This record gives sequence, C-alpha cells and structure tokens, in this order.
Amino acid sequence: MQELFAQELRVANVGLTGFAENLRHAGGQVVELDWRPPADGDIEAGRALAGLVNDARVEQANRIAFARYLDAQPVLIDVLTAGQAIAALHGEQRILHAGPPIAWAEMCGPMQGAIVGAMLYEGWAHSAEVAEVMAAGGQVAFEPAHHHHAVGPMAGIISPSMPLWVVENSVTGDRTFCNFNEGLGKVLRFGANTPAVIERLAWMGTELFEVVRAAVAQIGGLELKPLLARALHMGDECHNRNAAATALLCKHLLPAMLSDGSPMDALRRVTDFIMGNDHFFLNVSMAACKSMLDAAAGVAHSSMVTVMARNGVNFGIQVSGTGEEWFQAPANPVDGLFFPGYNVQDAAADLGDSAITETAGLGGFAMAAAPAIVQFVGGTPADATAHSRRMHTITLGTNPAFTLPALDFGPTAAGIDARAVADSGVLPIINTGIAHRHAGVGQIGAGITTAPMGCFVAAINALSQRRRADPDHDPTGLLPADA
Amino acid sequence: MIVKHRIVPNVYQDSVALMVVSSKLLALDGIDAASVVMATPANLENLLAAGLGGHQPAKPSDLLVAVAGEDDACEAALELAAELLAATPGIEGPSTKGTLTQPRPSNLQRAVAADPALNLALISVPGPYAAAEAMKALRLGLSVMIFSDNVSEDHELVLKQYAARQGLMVMGPDCGTAILNGMPLGFANVVRRGPIGVVGASGTGMQEVTSRVHNLGSGISQALGTGGHDLSEAIGGLSMLTGMAALDEDPDTEVIVLISKPPSPSVAATVLHRARELRTPVVVVFLGADPASFTGHGVQAALTLADAADAAVAIIEGRPPPPPPPPTAHIAPDSAAALTAAIDALHQDQQAIRGIFCGGTFCYEAQVLCQRQGLSGGSNTPIAGNTKLHNNAEDAGSTHTFIDMGDDQFTQGRPHPMIDPSLRDERVAHEAANPGTAVLLVDVVLGLGSAADPTSGLIQALNRGRHDAAGPGRQPIVIAHVCGTDGDPQDRARTVSALQAAGVTVASSNAEAARWAAFVATTVTGRTAAAVGGAG
Repeated sequence: MQELFAQELRVANVGLTGFAENLRHAGGQVVELDWRPPADGDIEAGRALAGLVNDARVEQANRIAFARYLDAQPVLIDVLTAGQAIAALHGEQRILHAGPPIAWAEMCGPMQGAIVGAMLYEGWAHSAEVAEVMAAGGQVAFEPAHHHHAVGPMAGIISPSMPLWVVENSVTGDRTFCNFNEGLGKVLRFGANTPAVIERLAWMGTELFEVVRAAVAQIGGLELKPLLARALHMGDECHNRNAAATALLCKHLLPAMLSDGSPMDALRRVTDFIMGNDHFFLNVSMAACKSMLDAAAGVAHSSMVTVMARNGVNFGIQVSGTGEEWFQAPANPVDGLFFPGYNVQDAAADLGDSAITETAGLGGFAMAAAPAIVQFVGGTPADATAHSRRMHTITLGTNPAFTLPALDFGPTAAGIDARAVADSGVLPIINTGIAHRHAGVGQIGAGITTAPMGCFVAAINALSQRRRADPDHDPTGLLPADA
Repeated sequence: MIVKHRIVPNVYQDSVALMVVSSKLLALDGIDAASVVMATPANLENLLAAGLGGHQPAKPSDLLVAVAGEDDACEAALELAAELLAATPGIEGPSTKGTLTQPRPSNLQRAVAADPALNLALISVPGPYAAAEAMKALRLGLSVMIFSDNVSEDHELVLKQYAARQGLMVMGPDCGTAILNGMPLGFANVVRRGPIGVVGASGTGMQEVTSRVHNLGSGISQALGTGGHDLSEAIGGLSMLTGMAALDEDPDTEVIVLISKPPSPSVAATVLHRARELRTPVVVVFLGADPASFTGHGVQAALTLADAADAAVAIIEGRPPPPPPPPTAHIAPDSAAALTAAIDALHQDQQAIRGIFCGGTFCYEAQVLCQRQGLSGGSNTPIAGNTKLHNNAEDAGSTHTFIDMGDDQFTQGRPHPMIDPSLRDERVAHEAANPGTAVLLVDVVLGLGSAADPTSGLIQALNRGRHDAAGPGRQPIVIAHVCGTDGDPQDRARTVSALQAAGVTVASSNAEAARWAAFVATTVTGRTAAAVGGAG
C-alpha cells in the first residue's frame, strides 16, 4: 500500500463521471471507463468472470492456445469424399450439419430441405416425402460437422458421397475439412433439393471431384495463409467476399488441371463452374480457418473462442478450455439489406459454420479489407475500419500474418477472448448471407450480425466452474455466490 | 563485410511495407545492403544476385531479412528489423486517415493494458456489480476505492483478504471520501498537503477532520477511507489496520488520526493495540466512546472530530495536547452571551432541537454531544439511548430530533443530499415553520463532489419557513456548521458570510454547533422549569 504513496496516482474511474472530473480538476491522472454491466447484467456470471480476470492459469492457457493458432500452417493437400475423409461417415447413414447439435424436428426449413436433398443425392430415399419420414423417424443420424473437424456454409450439409477439401496443419499433421461451394441461386446449402440441385451435386461428386482432386495432387500442397493474406490486400475479407482469393486459387488450380491430362470438355465444365462463382474459395477459407482454430482447441482453462457456428435456431460457440462443449443462445437478428421482393419476415435465423472465418480473425474482423461489401450492406469504409478496430478490444492479440491496408497494414484482431466479450459488451461481428426461411428459395440478402452474449456468459460460467474445481487453483480472489 | 539473415516464419507482409523496412535498415551506419522480403523463389533469386544469399532454407510464407555490412551493424539492423516488423501499426491511436479516435476502455483489463501505470480503481457502479469490479482491479494489481454501497459482508471480507495478500488496499465499500497523494477521491475537500495522515470509517467525519486541519494551517499526507463496515466484528478492521501500517511507514506522515463510530469491542481492542505499537503518534476518535476509556500509551483519544483535528495539529506544532474535555456542557462565554440574547426572543413553546443533516456522521456526533448534556431525542438513525423515528421521522412532537437526510429512506431513487440538497432544504423550511422548534441545526458540506451551491437553496428554505412561522416571536435560532475550506469550489468564507447575512449563527465545527444547540435547549428548558416553579 505505501508503495502507492510514492507513485503518481493514476486512477481508473469506473462509474460516476463527476469523480473523474474532480480528479482532472485537481490535476490528477484519470482513465474513464466506458462501463456497462458485464455479462449482459447477469450478476453471478459477472462475479464468475471477475474470478477469471488476470488469472495466471487462464493467461498461460491463452498464451498457449493463441500461439498454436498463430503457428498453425494450413495447407490444402487433397480432395476426398466425405466417406473417405471422415470415419463416422464411412458406410454410415449419417449427415453432418452446421452449428451446434439439433434434432430434426427443431431444424429450420433450409436445413431440413438440405438434408432431404442430401438423402436424395445419396439415394437413401427416392422422394422428399420418404426422406422426411426417414429423417423424422431416426433412420438417419445427424451430427454437427464441427464434431468431425469439418465445416460447411449455411446449412453446412455433408453426406458421405460429397467431395471435401482436405486441409492439413503442417505443424501438427491434423486435418480439417469443408464441402465444395455450389454457387448461388437454388443450392443445397440454402435448402433447395430440386432435381437440378441433385444433378449438380452428382456432377460435383464425380467430374468436378476428379478434376480438382487431380489438380490439387499436382500442386502438391498449397499453403493457404499466404494466399489468404494476399486476398486481404486485394479487397477480400475471405468470408462474404472471396473474389480475389478465388482468382488466386485458380492461378494454382488451372495450370495444374491443364497439365494432368483431363479431357478438355471436362476442364471446360469445371472452369466454367469455378469461374462462375466468386465464392468458390469460401469453403477453402473455412477449412483453413478451422485448421488454425483446431490447433488452439483443448487447452485446459483457456478462454479463447475456437468455434462460432449457427444451426438456424441457435448460435453456438466452443472455447478452448472446455473442449467440445457447446454454449448456445438464440441467434441475433441480421442487420442487412434484402434482395428486391424480400424483407426481414422472409429471413431464416442466422445459419452456417462460416463464422469460423471471424473466429479466425477474418470476415467481419477483417472488414476493413473489403470496402466493397461494406457498401453492399449499407455501411461506409469508415464503418468497416471502425468494426475492425473495435474487434481488437475483445481479442487476445493480433495475427501478423493477416494485415489490413486500411489500418495502415495493421494486423487483424484474432483469438476472441470470451472474458473480454463478456466484460465489454462488444460482440464479435459476423458478415453473413441471409437465407430465406423456406427451404430452397435461396439467399435473399446479406448483412452483419453479432454473436449473442448468452453464449459467452455460459462459457464464462463453465470456465469458472472448471477453474474452481481445479485442485491446484488458488482459492483466494474468487467472490462467493450470493447465499 | 559479412551477410546476416533472420527468418521470421509464417508471417506475411506486403512488399511495399517490407520495402519501407528495408530502406530503414539501409539507412543505418555500417550497412551496405539490406532487403526484407517474403521468401518466394523469385525474391530469393534477387537476393542471391544482390549478394545477399547464403541463408537457411525458408518457405514462401516466411519473411526473410537479409543485411550486409559490418558485423555489429548487421546485428543492430536485424534487431531493428525485428522491432519494425513486430510493431502493430493501425490498432492504436488515431488512424492517419484522421477519422477515428481511440475509444474509452470498456473494462479494467483493457484500461490496464492501455495504461500499465494505473494504480487505483475508483468504483461507483451499482452495488451488485461493485464487488466484481473491485476483484478485477485487485487481480490486475490496482488498489481500490469502492464508493458503492450494498456490497455484501462476504464479498467485502473476500476482497479485503485478497488485497492484504497482494499488498493492496481496499477502501470501502461505502467509502465516500479519500485523499491519496493529494488527489481527491469521491467527496473530498481541497486541503493542502501536510504531515497528518487520516484513516477513517466515516466519509463526512474525514471531511470534517481534513478540512479543519487545513483551516488550522496544517495539511494532510493521506486520507484513507475504510468504508463504514470495516470495523465490524466480521471484517475486523482489515482496511483500517492496513491503512495504519501504511501511514506508519510513510515518511511524510507524522501524526495519524483514526476516525470511526465505536467499533465492536474486539475490533476496537485490536485497533488500539496496533495503534500503540506504531512509531507514529496516533489520535483516535471513536465517536460516542468515552475518551478516558482508551487514551494513553501513545494513543490520544478525542471526543469529537474537531478535537481530533485540534489534537493532531497540536502534536505537529509541538504544543501539549488539549486537555481532555469536561464531562458536561461548556461553550465559550461570548458565544453563550450572544445565544442568551437570542434565547430571550424565543416563545415559551419553542423547546426542541431540530437537527437536519446531510452528513450522517454529523447527525451522529450531534446526538452524542446533546446526549452528554442530558438531551435525548429521536432520530431516523438513533444512537444508543435515542428513539427510532419512523415515517420519515416526521411528527416527532416536542422531542429533539436529529435527521440524517442521507439515510436510505431519503435517497431511494434520488441523489444524496450532499449532491442535491433540495429535499433537505424542504425539510428545513418545514422545521423552521414548526412552532415548537427552538433551534434549527444544519450542516453545509462543501468540497469536490458536493453540490456546486448548497447555500442559496438553504437560505431560501429558511426564509420560506420563517415566513410560514407563527410570527416574529416564533422564529427559531438557526445554527449552521460549514464543513469545508477556502480552497473548495464553493469557498468556505463566502458560504459563511452568506449564511451570517441570512441570520444564521455559524459555528466553527459540527461539535461546536451541537454544543450551542444543546446550550439553547437546556437554557429554554431551565427557563421553563424556573417559570413553572415560580408559578407554583
């Protein structure tokens, strides 16, 4: 205490502004906090949170998790069918979906529609009606893709015959997976399951699969971080804008496809398909992000967020210190613009695993890289820059591999700290497309949403419980719950 | 000339940014060539051609620094490169685009990250959130002042025990006043720095002592609040003991003043025991406790806040301590003469003291001093021996009343009367018009945090009350005490003049004001008794 008498008093003012003014009036040094009740005003969670602040175990765990994320080196190494890549899909009547676990009856329209489409594609049912009865009757197993190191945009449906991008973290040898992007319009990921959709899936699972697989093999391992980094400098944020990254991917794929002897008409169909879809790279970006975050997962006591994903009903997150435990809350509404003829009543709740990009420091966190899409959702480039800056207040650090020209080549914010979210009210922002709530209508808009606070509050409570249960923990510095 | 390299694995930066780094390296003395590039095959060929080859294997995703020159210069250049590459432009400070400013930190962790020299958190958030903020501050290495109240005893204890382990201090909860290193925290008066250190469980008690020390020409080294609950059995005076030890170590503190309402007996014993062990002389005021019961052996006991300040200044000035106060009323003869004249103008039905206070400790001290002269009464915050008044303490009849307008019942959903005295002023008008009021006793608390003008409204209220009173023969005597200094924004001298001009008798301390009020009440009671006796 007496050390303080010898120092210049520097006060953090938490609460009444008048006290800060008095200090300034007296010539004192004062930092005023922009305080609001933590954890959305959940008092007990706020106390649990206080017990995790500057905790030696948590800080050390976060350093480890964050370093593993930074060190990860995702490399595109292969293309496999889901049945080949994921043991749980091999010969099983199982389908993976986006977001946290959800039962068939609870699923939103687009997800049910996409599952029906996948069952038709797999030949497990010959009509939508039969597929629905089978799904409702428990004849098909459903699991989050995240449970198998996989991700998928929107409905995120992965069935055994679908081709997957295979990304390997060359540091650890661990693999992650994402399905292929079908393009825009009536597509499975928005719940469409018409014959045209199924035919396209069939072609993607055969000709596209063969050609791209051969090309990827020819490339012999494509490092994805430098590619993502360049795309950020070319106007992509690698979630809702992938035009540059798709072109960069093609710079590698096309020479490889041309040199591996595939028939020219097949190559033409494949290149037409890829060139016609500016989002073709999105799914590669997602697999790369999943790879970086899988590296950070499972560090006991770490409060780093490793998954953010939506199943069309709930938003779910995972944090490193609690492994595969999901913390869920109803998804927040999307603040967006709608295509002509649609409005917010038509919108499905926020959907898809693509928020893995924000979790990895891209997407909304790198919004300053992509002024074009900020304009699309009604913002200005200054808004984009502000978003990217604000995210620095909730992350463990920055990723020097991903820099933003608009921030004077400053690095993106990365490694969301669940504590910081709960203690600031600053929610991770997510760039997102908006699906029609009815299956198969497709994308009806795009916009910005946020991860709901409830997920982070639940995570804090779980981390706190584990921290208190740790036999090595220092029992002081923890506030007891109210009697 | 030699060539040196450094590989920064797995980091991408734009080539333009890297050229800037390269040019800065090249500008160093003793450097003949420098290049910072992504280790792509094309860049590696260029390096080789420029005589900068010969490095360890690097991947295209690695960043490669190559420098040529004198040995020491190369080392310096590699260090500078690491520094420049590690710098994170664009996140901190305003953008070069000039459109954004740094937002205020949203939590303590961010605040400390941005300013690691922070050393105190002043917490005034709603009570249920205060303990959590305090714990965060302690965990981040900050001492804490908790202005908020409604913090549970459990939490107070945990916070104070944790702070003790970390070598930090918790002032509060419910700590209204402190002065640290000359800086005002919460409600505080502008006082000069000096040799007297204060540890107090009462905010207004500390304001009275620190202001009086200043007004006597001395000054305050530190004034540490403990919060009103610190000297309870459960908390055991943890903050007071910490504060005493810190002041004892402080070379700028020559006398320590301890201020509290009477602590629990065991805590009082602990505090006094520790006080006697200190090298620094200690003045103790446990309001309401008999000073004779604990004075001596390095501890000087004071009956009142003013006495404590006087005793501390006397020690500093090397004067003998003032004599212990006599057990019964005494006021200066000239004061008595002036008051007697005013008492003569009172109507025979005007018998009661009406004390209307902003400062809870002033209300408490007034009750103590009146009781010592046989004047018991009622209060919304009664001391032992006085009765508890309910219903906002109105309709007390002819009994003496002492109302703490800062008590919870008056502050639900509205600011404390020190900040907004309007409710207190209304009550003053009401009691001034009360035909039974002999003497109206009020406090005016100045200082930072207090109302910018606490006087005008009070005078208007008095005039309103006097107007409503039954007539010139029913005007009560008004005694006020002004707690503050001439350095306060409200200016003590100006405040006193305004009150005197409005016909208010201004005492030099709360104790003096209370004694004057007691003199008035005992005088009118005696006169009535004599009159009744005479009639018989």
